[in-house]
Amino acid sequence: MKNLVRNLNKYKYPYIFLAPAIIVLLIFSIVPIFLSVGISFTDMNIKGLANFNNIDFIGISNYIELFQDKDFTQAILNTVFYVVVGVPFVVLLSLTAALLINYGTSKIFSFFRVVYYAPAVTNIVAVAVVWGFLYNTNYGLLNTILNGVGIDGLRWLQDPLLAKVSLVILAVWRAIGLNMLIFLAALKGIPKSYYEAAKIDGAKKFQCLRYITLPQLRFSTFFVTITTLIGWIQFFEEPMIMTEGGPLGQTNSMALFIYQNGFKQSQFGYAAAGSFILFLIIIIVTLIQFRMNKENVWE
Amino acid sequence: MKTRKIKLDKIIVIVLLTLGGIVMFTPFIWMILTSFKHSSEAVLIPPTLFPNVPTLDNYKKLFEELNFLVYLKNTIIVVLLFFIGMLINAMAGYAFGKFKFPGKKVLFIFVLATMMIPSQVTMIPVYLILNQMGLINTMLGIVLPGLVVAYNIFLFKQFMGGIPNELMEAARIDGAGEFYIFFKLIMPISKPILAVQGILTFIAGWNNFLWPLIIANDEKYYTLSVGLSLLKGQNTANFALQMAGASIMVVPIMIIFCIFQKHIMEGFVTSGIK
Repeated sequence: MKNLVRNLNKYKYPYIFLAPAIIVLLIFSIVPIFLSVGISFTDMNIKGLANFNNIDFIGISNYIELFQDKDFTQAILNTVFYVVVGVPFVVLLSLTAALLINYGTSKIFSFFRVVYYAPAVTNIVAVAVVWGFLYNTNYGLLNTILNGVGIDGLRWLQDPLLAKVSLVILAVWRAIGLNMLIFLAALKGIPKSYYEAAKIDGAKKFQCLRYITLPQLRFSTFFVTITTLIGWIQFFEEPMIMTEGGPLGQTNSMALFIYQNGFKQSQFGYAAAGSFILFLIIIIVTLIQFRMNKENVWE
Repeated sequence: MKTRKIKLDKIIVIVLLTLGGIVMFTPFIWMILTSFKHSSEAVLIPPTLFPNVPTLDNYKKLFEELNFLVYLKNTIIVVLLFFIGMLINAMAGYAFGKFKFPGKKVLFIFVLATMMIPSQVTMIPVYLILNQMGLINTMLGIVLPGLVVAYNIFLFKQFMGGIPNELMEAARIDGAGEFYIFFKLIMPISKPILAVQGILTFIAGWNNFLWPLIIANDEKYYTLSVGLSLLKGQNTANFALQMAGASIMVVPIMIIFCIFQKHIMEGFVTSGIK
């Protein structure tokens, strides 16, 4: 006991410096995970919020109900669509942008770096409002341009399939900047001697790209893919602001489904169960990614 | 012959970048130009590029008739509170970077593990916790859950870990207290990382959306992003007004970003994601 007190006193300062951060993380990150599991097994709603006596333990009913809920299945399918269509585009376009910007060192290239990164720092709500205007069927800039070249305007946010694509376009536009920076940082880290050696051996530009650059970018490609993937599984603000999940739930995502059930309908238990399924999907996808990349990334 | 080929390469690259750049920037240009149009001009077919009769009416309406001044004030409070969070992150980073103590490794893994938790999982329980604390509809409730960011602690640890121990030892021998050392010695040395984190904290606070939306039920506590989403719902056809609201959110960030972009970019490259 005396030892413990002496130890505590000896290490007092690091613990004091750490304490606020640890306490906040405990209360708002760690404890909620366990609470979330607990809540998902109850019928907690607005009455339960007012008085805890109104909360009943209902086992896995929420989970059973979720899988019979057409809206939830649709939200999962939509989320799969977002991920499958969006992630490859983000990786491909941000890699292309990084390669192009890395081509030269003059001022104009760093200018483009700023231009491409700019959408990433701006507010998602503002950006969604602006794109909502661009997509407007009657007055939007996009349809005006299409009409100008003799194509009929599209119903960007009303057509069930196109609405999903429209949201993906906006989100890709916004995601390019950050991921481009990650690729740029990696490109700067490739030793110049590799290229010099290849040049002596008579390698063409394309061969350098194929056999030096791309292999050297393996880890950052993995990093970008996995963070983008996790981000897209949680796709939320774009459908929430631009379409509210419509038309007919066609753009609803899992995250939006959870938000609406939790905070619009106050079905806390039901929404918590949904959030836990989302969490499991993220964990599984992450594990699969790591397993698939184990051999070639960490060598 | 050879130089000409290289030049052609470069021209193609610049043309491609310019095309991409136009796509990236058109929404912002269109937003700003539309925000100075009368609401009737914003829906003209075909649309005008530059406003025929430039007007500040949209901005006046936001601040005089709508509550955007309140939203702006709240947003600034949120940003300031987030700076306290940055200090907490810096302190934690310092403890991890410069001290040896029992449980250090476990605590560090604990901090990093919180990065993997999606916000949708914690949002319902956090709401309930804040409700129990009586913090619904308060500025503190809006800010608290996002105050500590594991990734920022990690960056502070990386930077402060590199500060020579001798510096602190010398100060201790001179009789300086630990807090004096942290605030008067460590923080000034850490200016480069503080600059980067400061800008990122500002951007995060300014753009914060989900928590203010959930926690603030009273318009008194809305931030700009919540106010703007409300504005879109209520003025669905007044695009000029919507664009003015969006400009208020985007332009200050753009200005700050342009001034400090060099620091952000360099901080990013040196912070070790390679």
